[in-house]
Amino acid sequence: MNLGGGTEGALITEIVFWVMALSTVVSAIAVVQIRDLFRSALFLIVTFLGVAGMFILLRAEFLAGVQLMIYVGAISVLIIFAILMTRDLDEGSPSHGFRIPIALISLIFMALSIYAVSATDWNLLGSESLTDSQIAETKVVFSNAIPSIAKLLLRDFVLAFEMVSVLLLAAVLGALSLVRGR
Amino acid sequence: MTLERFLIIGAILFAIGLYGALSKKHAIAVLMSLEIMFNGVNLTAVAISRYTVPAAMSSAGTHAAENASRFLLTGQIFTIFIITIAAAEVALGLAIIVAIYRSRQSVLVTDAADMKN
Repeated sequence: MNLGGGTEGALITEIVFWVMALSTVVSAIAVVQIRDLFRSALFLIVTFLGVAGMFILLRAEFLAGVQLMIYVGAISVLIIFAILMTRDLDEGSPSHGFRIPIALISLIFMALSIYAVSATDWNLLGSESLTDSQIAETKVVFSNAIPSIAKLLLRDFVLAFEMVSVLLLAAVLGALSLVRGR
Repeated sequence: MTLERFLIIGAILFAIGLYGALSKKHAIAVLMSLEIMFNGVNLTAVAISRYTVPAAMSSAGTHAAENASRFLLTGQIFTIFIITIAAAEVALGLAIIVAIYRSRQSVLVTDAADMKN
């Protein structure tokens, strides 16, 4: 497997991947396990950072930037504000009585998805099903993705793009009218 | 193994978020678990669009060079839309939580059960 990057398989990439995977998963577990809600919001930021790093490893640098700005910059700040505004709950974030069955269901779900992922025969890029010109084109696309993303957003997906902007406007207006009080 | 390990991380994140979203009582904790689930899905979409051959591309033949970016970057476009909608959802959800907290001094989802029964 060597497409686009040329760094795949390098030892440093492996180390970076495993460090990021471990920190992402561990901090995600910390988010759902720590009782202090403020601390779990901080661990949520670590999870977002880990996912942003994995986007960079997947050569989606634009998405990594978007993730940093929207998740780390905006959403986590909003969540921390909301925690501080509604903070007089001393017991932290309790779970209700169905913890164990829910944990079992989630574990079964995770096992099933991991089984499905590893049992599927993926049609990978770099295999024989593509011509040489297509493989070359793939490398070009991933090494210069941002102009292509811009063209796609404003050409093929322009309807969804405009609808999402209307949705954002409606959500912001709704949020404002909800928190403004009467 | 290069694709599968990203997908497995995505599945683990989704399962952790599922557990948190279903087992937490605090509404903000439920929202944070939802964000973890969104991140798992985003990671899966980007990894699949990075490593697999789109069916349209393998059948398009030799003149697919013009369309390669369309086929290969669709996962990233979907992820952009998911992130945007998640941002809208968080803004609205937190506003609703703050409004509920104002009206009944509680943020537990078990206390906002007026429509039960």
